[in-house]
Amino acid sequence: MIQLTDIHKTFGSNHVLRGVNLEIAKGSSMVIIGGSGTGKSVLLKCILGLVHPDQGTIMVDGQNVETASRDPFLARFGMLFQGAALFDSLPVWQNVAFRLLRGSLKRPKTEAREIAIEKLRRVGLKPDVADKFPAELSGGMQKRVGLARAIAADPEIIFFDEPTTGLDPIMSGVINDLIREIVTEMGATAMTITHDMTSVRAIADNIAMIHEGVVQWTGPVAQMDASGNPYLDQFIHGRAEGPIAAVR
Amino acid sequence: MIRLLASLGRAVMGALASIGAVVLYAAQTVSHLFRPPFYPREFLNALIQIGWLSLPVVGLTAFFTGGALALQIFAGGSRYGAEEVVPSIVAIGMVRELGPVLGGLMVAARVASSIAAEIGTMKVTEQIDALTTLSTNPMKYLTLPRVLAATLAVPVLVAVGDSIGIFGGYVVGVNRLDFNAATYIKNTVDFLEGWDIISGLVKGAAFGFIVATMGCYHGMNSGRGAQGVGRATKSAVVSASVLIFAANYILTELFFAA
Repeated sequence: MIQLTDIHKTFGSNHVLRGVNLEIAKGSSMVIIGGSGTGKSVLLKCILGLVHPDQGTIMVDGQNVETASRDPFLARFGMLFQGAALFDSLPVWQNVAFRLLRGSLKRPKTEAREIAIEKLRRVGLKPDVADKFPAELSGGMQKRVGLARAIAADPEIIFFDEPTTGLDPIMSGVINDLIREIVTEMGATAMTITHDMTSVRAIADNIAMIHEGVVQWTGPVAQMDASGNPYLDQFIHGRAEGPIAAVR
Repeated sequence: MIRLLASLGRAVMGALASIGAVVLYAAQTVSHLFRPPFYPREFLNALIQIGWLSLPVVGLTAFFTGGALALQIFAGGSRYGAEEVVPSIVAIGMVRELGPVLGGLMVAARVASSIAAEIGTMKVTEQIDALTTLSTNPMKYLTLPRVLAATLAVPVLVAVGDSIGIFGGYVVGVNRLDFNAATYIKNTVDFLEGWDIISGLVKGAAFGFIVATMGCYHGMNSGRGAQGVGRATKSAVVSASVLIFAANYILTELFFAA
């Protein structure tokens, strides 16, 4: 279980998180929604220890993120970044097998390559992609390689940061289905950030709506449409009128 | 008046904070030298990028500098009837000063900019964050191999540049200024001392460390977007160049002050 208690984070004069409280049950898929600049990505980075909160505690299975031993802690996570964040200088298979080629999870090179090709196949990419460089791939293929890298070491927890941003609706559908399938078959805990309501309905077990630095509403995705929460209603229906100012 | 003093104070505090951040970054880099894991493949890559691929630019710069130096010393020396000092002054000028400083500056232009742009782009495209989530320390994977490679490669580049610079002086001296080839070589060899060469190589190592550290530091602290990366690249080259001149003066004081 991931448990966030009273998380605050300020950048200069910008008070991004103002007391976030959230629980993500083990094996569930939580989707975080909210407007741009509301601190959703910062929240993910706080859990990973990439950003340190000014106040509050984050516990992962009873372990405090700030005091946990970094390597074993991070070995439990996989993350798909918004722009895939593939390493330009490495071929695709070495990107996917990055964790398997060094550190505590190191495997022989041939075995790491086989695993990488298997993971690429899992996300619908052919083995001939393995030796290409990221710059030779389309945006959708890069996202899929990023997804393959996120699941390469069979993590217990997977984060997806805007997995369908910049993709056409068909490719978005493919990525959403892949995420759902992978999370279900691996039994992993998933946390996704997205603005895409189609993705929300495809991926989420539960959702949390963040606005003005706090969680405005959280609950099962099935209750989302009848929540009665004005923030959530405005967001899911994409209305300009409502409690969320259109110009921020 | 108070507003002026306040802005002056802010600028001074900002400058001091930047110096402190760079010193801490450099110290942190050095500390990783003694703590595994190490990434030998990254180090070899950096050695090729920084050392081998900088050879042409350093060599050409040294050749033309040596030739121009011979012409200048000949013209200056002829005023006092001391044209024969050309080989020895070219040698000492190249080995002690021009070889390391010009080599360092050329490497700063070529390497500090490329390191800052590469790491800066990695920063803005979240590749640095991705490295961390993949249990890889960016300081160990990106910074240490580059800084170590530059510290070891630049002295070698300086040695090669010194030789090519002296050869440039020889070519101009023999073909343009009518020096006897054997006498030119004898005067060069007789005049140079071991410490002249060693001091230049030590300067090269210091300049290599400065160049790579500034490239990595500014890349890691790059702002957002293309403008942020551009600014980081510019800052890396400017700060590396200025620090090379400052370090050159300090090292010259240490090595040669009476």
